Amino acid sequence: MQMLHIGLRAPHHLLLLLLMLASIAGCSSNAITLEDLEAAAAKLEKADEERVVADGETASSPTEESAVTEILNIEKPNLKFGFIKLTDCAPLVIAKEKGYFEDEGLSVEVEAQSNWKILLDRVIDGQLDGAHMLAGQPIGATIGIGTTSPIITAYSLDYNGNGITVSNEIWTKMQENDPELKKPQPKHPISANSLKPIVDQYKRDGKDFNMGMVFPVSTHNYEIRYWLAASGIHPGFYNEQNIQGTVDADVILSVTPPPQMPSTLEAGTILGYCVGEPWNQKAVVDGIGVPVTTNYDIWKNNPEKVFGVSEQWNEKYPNTHIAVVKALIRAGKWLDEKDADGNLVNRQEACQILSKKDYVGADVGVIEKSMLGTFVFQKSDVRPMPDFNVFFDHQASFPHYSDCVWFLTQMRRWGQITEPKPASWYAETAKKIYKPSIYRKASAMLVAEGKVDADAFPAADYDGYREPTSEFIDGNTYDAKDPIGYINSFTIGNKEDSTLEKQ
Amino acid sequence: MPVLEPFVRLAAGEDPKEQLAGIAKYVLLPAVAVAIFLAMWSAAAKTIITESGELPSPTATWLAGKELFAMHQQQRADDAAKKQDKLMQAVQFMVDAKKLERRASSANDTDKTTLLSNALILKKKAVQAANYTPTSAPTFVDQIFTSLKTVFFGFILATVIAVPVGVLCGMSSWFNAAMTPFIQIFKPVSPLAWLPLAAVVIIWAYRNSQPGETFFDKAFLISAATVSLCSLWPTLVNTTLGVASVDKDYLNVARVLKLSWWQKLYKIILPASLPLMFAGLRISLGVGWMVLIAADMLAQNPGLGKFVWDEFQNGSSLTYARIAFSVIVIGVIGLVLDRTMICLRNLVSFGNPAAA
Repeated sequence: MQMLHIGLRAPHHLLLLLLMLASIAGCSSNAITLEDLEAAAAKLEKADEERVVADGETASSPTEESAVTEILNIEKPNLKFGFIKLTDCAPLVIAKEKGYFEDEGLSVEVEAQSNWKILLDRVIDGQLDGAHMLAGQPIGATIGIGTTSPIITAYSLDYNGNGITVSNEIWTKMQENDPELKKPQPKHPISANSLKPIVDQYKRDGKDFNMGMVFPVSTHNYEIRYWLAASGIHPGFYNEQNIQGTVDADVILSVTPPPQMPSTLEAGTILGYCVGEPWNQKAVVDGIGVPVTTNYDIWKNNPEKVFGVSEQWNEKYPNTHIAVVKALIRAGKWLDEKDADGNLVNRQEACQILSKKDYVGADVGVIEKSMLGTFVFQKSDVRPMPDFNVFFDHQASFPHYSDCVWFLTQMRRWGQITEPKPASWYAETAKKIYKPSIYRKASAMLVAEGKVDADAFPAADYDGYREPTSEFIDGNTYDAKDPIGYINSFTIGNKEDSTLEKQ
Repeated sequence: MPVLEPFVRLAAGEDPKEQLAGIAKYVLLPAVAVAIFLAMWSAAAKTIITESGELPSPTATWLAGKELFAMHQQQRADDAAKKQDKLMQAVQFMVDAKKLERRASSANDTDKTTLLSNALILKKKAVQAANYTPTSAPTFVDQIFTSLKTVFFGFILATVIAVPVGVLCGMSSWFNAAMTPFIQIFKPVSPLAWLPLAAVVIIWAYRNSQPGETFFDKAFLISAATVSLCSLWPTLVNTTLGVASVDKDYLNVARVLKLSWWQKLYKIILPASLPLMFAGLRISLGVGWMVLIAADMLAQNPGLGKFVWDEFQNGSSLTYARIAFSVIVIGVIGLVLDRTMICLRNLVSFGNPAAA
């Protein structure tokens, strides 16, 4: 406040100083140094004092100033973050565009990456300071699926946001199997029950039933597997030899980059896919496929993307990390801001910003389709889905240990984790990767600064485990404190020795 | 410039009929051809429309180009304004730091240390703010310059390797025989195959350094190294050919004059093989420019390749127009590079006919 005050009262002095500084910067090849600034500041102060004396005002006494609090010492103010062109990178983009990073003294560049693998490699080798990541990526990298290099996360970017789409031909066959689906607005959630006879027919004919997902440790991979397995369709196991995950598979799942999903579906290479927005809505708009379900129906408020940094980076720049999380929390809150009627007030502006060519770059109209709270299943079936993209509400930005454990259970269920592990291992691993303590520090500072209310964050005694829930498409109950029991509750998937529960 | 020649000759008062024919051939005919091409392009743009996109018309392409340049201007203005802001902020940080220091002198011990450390942090912030560099994404114009920088770096790297090796191959048939398998096998390899290998080498070389501490960006080096690996072959092969086909009379003269090996190299072999060497360099630069776009796309090096790739991923209604515009810009830059190399070659070729 004091700063602004001076700035407004003595603009001509500042201008003079600026000219002086600019000439220093312009004339010599050297950067502006501390001495230059001190000289400039001294001049400004002197001018200010003279003016105060002349006006007969009294200078504010030091006792009036605020209590003494520590300022965060930022180790690395210039940062570069990576992202993939998907709407759920929004908190990063908003924190930059709305100046939240700047408020923390950070100058941040956000750069689009061409695929998830390159993004991860660049975070590991230090070319990027941090990135918008699939929630499974820090977990996979830390426990050694694919690449081994510890990555941590202190901020979860969003919940939900994905959908499963099948081709028109498969949709017609599904409708034949289940006449209920022929209605203009069939009952939701749509399970894979009506898909099972089709997959069985393909198997009898000796043909592969191919479907697409975006990355081996992606949420999409686990979601489509969850949806298929809930109806008794086997999506295949991973093991040491088979890293494609096609052992015993009824449906062959393969990696396809998100922007190529619709065209691959149109070409007939895959018969369906699970992907984030806008690539499901694109299939509807172009008339090449029908979204059958969203991940909100598979598991209400399931974790999707996280902000990941390498463990080494965090050790080297702990305060910088806190500052980044502070900015991201404010961005998430801005994105989920609602008016008294519960309408999202900032989403329209967010869509405008995201549609810029250096961010997501798609047309505003396409981005709005999923960001403004509705989802189009078919032309006749447009449903309100206010929680399709959650960035802050329901504690969506908090790094819950239980979310990490869920990914671990799925990795074990499908054999990406090849060895049986005791229940304690799940809890310990989650603590290695998810860092709520950093989030807590950042949120406490924001509360102290009066930028966010304390009740927007979990209570101080919250242990990081969300309440057990059965809001899954198969009705199973997930209690993160009993990962072994959860893994054993599935009909399809690896089974564990129940003695591991107590270990 | 054959385009201007008839005009100059006409102005100089040479045979008007002949010069008018020249104008018709070098000016009118190409103009008509371009007009026909634009008409066909427009017609195609009206027909080729799919659900996922449409072929941009020449007008749309032109407008997209204009918009890209306008965006560049806007960005520059914004960055300058931001820099001013930051400078102002820096002075304020400094003033605040001094205030804290004064306050510290009258505060109790615990507060004093906090206040002093806060003042120190504010001073650090002041210096950072004063030396602020814009963090906006590179504009289309920035991308052009990055691409040119990368291609020249890669090209010079390729030349430094290819010319000495080529000279040795040309001078010694034994050395040539040793090198032949490598030249034959590696020459046709595409940049997409070289890139991962170049990447692993560069990442290994930089494994102990943080980005920003090193002189070059990793992505830049990966991209440049890929350009080198693809573009060094024409120079190498042509240099070999040039050196091997130096007139035997020259070499006999050298023997009669009892020139040393170095003298023979500098006085006879290099000058005599320069024209062919430059012909090779010209092809190399062309190949390098072509490869660069692909390398940029994959190495995430900022540049025209990344621009095209990002636009492709954007999939907005403007995507294809912007890509079409970049294609034209890439082509024009390629043409300018080629002409530059022809000029250089003409400087060293002793009256050789300059085939276009």
